[in-house]
Amino acid sequence: MDIVRVISKKPFEPGLLLLILILLATSPLYVPEYTVVLLTSIIMYIIITVSWTMFSGPTGYISLAPAAFFGIGVYSSALLGFVLPLPVVIGMGSLAGFCLALIVGALTLRLRGIYFVMFTLGLVELLLHFILWWEVNITGTTGRVVPTVANTTVYYIMLLIFAILMLTTYFIRNSKFGLALQSIGEFEEAAAHRGINVNALKTIIFAISALFMGAAGAIMATRWTYIDPKIAFNPLLSFMPVLMAIFGGIRYLYGPIIGAAFFAYVEEFLITRFPYHYMLIFGIIMVVAILYMPDGLVGLIQKLWKRASGETDEGT
Amino acid sequence: MIVTILDVVIAGLLMGGIYALIAVGLSLQYGVARVLNIAHGEFIMIGAFITWSLYTIVGINPLVSLAICGPIVFTIGFILYRTLFTRLRTSSASLAAFEGSSMLACFGLLFIIQNVAILIWGADIKGYSYLAFPVKIGGAVFAANRLITLGFAVAIGLVFYLFLARTRLGKAIRAAAQDPAAAGLMGVNIKQVLALCFGFGALMAGFGGTLISMSYNIQPTMGLEYTVIAFIVIVLGGLGSIPGSLLGGLLLGLVGSIVTYIQPGLSLVAYYVIFMLLLLAKPTGILGK
Repeated sequence: MDIVRVISKKPFEPGLLLLILILLATSPLYVPEYTVVLLTSIIMYIIITVSWTMFSGPTGYISLAPAAFFGIGVYSSALLGFVLPLPVVIGMGSLAGFCLALIVGALTLRLRGIYFVMFTLGLVELLLHFILWWEVNITGTTGRVVPTVANTTVYYIMLLIFAILMLTTYFIRNSKFGLALQSIGEFEEAAAHRGINVNALKTIIFAISALFMGAAGAIMATRWTYIDPKIAFNPLLSFMPVLMAIFGGIRYLYGPIIGAAFFAYVEEFLITRFPYHYMLIFGIIMVVAILYMPDGLVGLIQKLWKRASGETDEGT
Repeated sequence: MIVTILDVVIAGLLMGGIYALIAVGLSLQYGVARVLNIAHGEFIMIGAFITWSLYTIVGINPLVSLAICGPIVFTIGFILYRTLFTRLRTSSASLAAFEGSSMLACFGLLFIIQNVAILIWGADIKGYSYLAFPVKIGGAVFAANRLITLGFAVAIGLVFYLFLARTRLGKAIRAAAQDPAAAGLMGVNIKQVLALCFGFGALMAGFGGTLISMSYNIQPTMGLEYTVIAFIVIVLGGLGSIPGSLLGGLLLGLVGSIVTYIQPGLSLVAYYVIFMLLLLAKPTGILGK
């Protein structure tokens, strides 16, 4: 765990992040529109993965609910999109995600690992089937239309969500809450005995992470223009962040970002032409990553880098 | 009115038989081998599709396919445990760490198996008609294949229960479920027994898949729903309890049938509500201590 803290306190890191943010913010001025659209989906995956890691990384509770929070955001956008202005809609989307996670977290985060995993996975299925039933039997529709927004606007909003998310993650990691979360992941009973309100803390961080997923869903819905329960609550969106974060390196601040960016970029090229081969390769990489790269890509690179430069472990 | 009740109850037992079977499989894999197999439903799907292929292409009776699918999925499960999961188990610092990493490896397996199946069989919904003639029981009408399905599900479950209760290997499995380390010290070849358990779990899923394909439509993405149901059943019956899984499966099937009768389309929602209430009130299950 010391490694994490030493690395995240390197002075150039916030500067590097700022530079990347400035590059991303100005990119619509000089890159083609297609690239902007591509960047939007990459950033969407990064947001979901980083917010997933915010909770599941330090605590070790594997949540399979991202698709539920994302989908709730998507539906907020579909229900309110024609009534309210866009910023309010996104606010409502993130609020919906936040509230849902608060309820689910308060109910289930007392449960240990495996129950929590299945509960969150079931939550996605529950919402999907319930909304499907509701739409068919009560409102008499299956799909809904979402008002369209210009590609650049979608991109900027996504980028803004990403920036706020990174700030939040950074502050949580370097605050006593981050440390408390870490200690919950290592030994929950001990953490409770140290006076940490374990359940409240877990629930709050879980809800904060869902807030960003809801926001991402609300803005992404405007790009899809047509949604139905199966698009909004796609279980794949629950599995992707897990894979992306583990592939990138769950313990590092940049691991999930690199993992998400890598897969989102590869997906863009492969999914239209070879969707099933792509998913197959995805699965193989997942198994290989768990077997041979327990610290993810970033961990592997650091290890190789250290070996190459002949550095010993004294710095950690 | 009585006919309606009978109708609903028998339909529930028919579904519940399959639920019980696949839950016993998951219960073995999680209760003994300690792998929360998210890809459990994919083994069901493999069984269903092999049966479908054998019936539509070669013309082999689906009941005979039980004897063909079973060994195939058993072998896949056994080899997976001996290679992938044994390696993870030895490299994991604790049992909790192994549970986490093995579950994530199962995600990978889910993607691999599902997409290999799509590449082989295509993504469409498939089905075939086998013994679909009607049978009357006390005024209610059922398709013969569903009754046979229930019969086989119950028979397989009972045979397996007797195997666990009466044979030496069954005893070794039960010992490994209680305390793997102590069982190992008593001379149980623990790696072999755990791998067998995982294989048996896959076997149950394969059988389940064959039986499901006889009465329901199948598609490569069908697995996840069954995995969730199987998990709800083993929580309902108490983690690791085989009789609990059998009972829980039948019970959940009944609930599903009643809900489907009142409001079709809400049965999965009902399962989930039960699951939620159970976790909050009695996470050890109906037969748990």
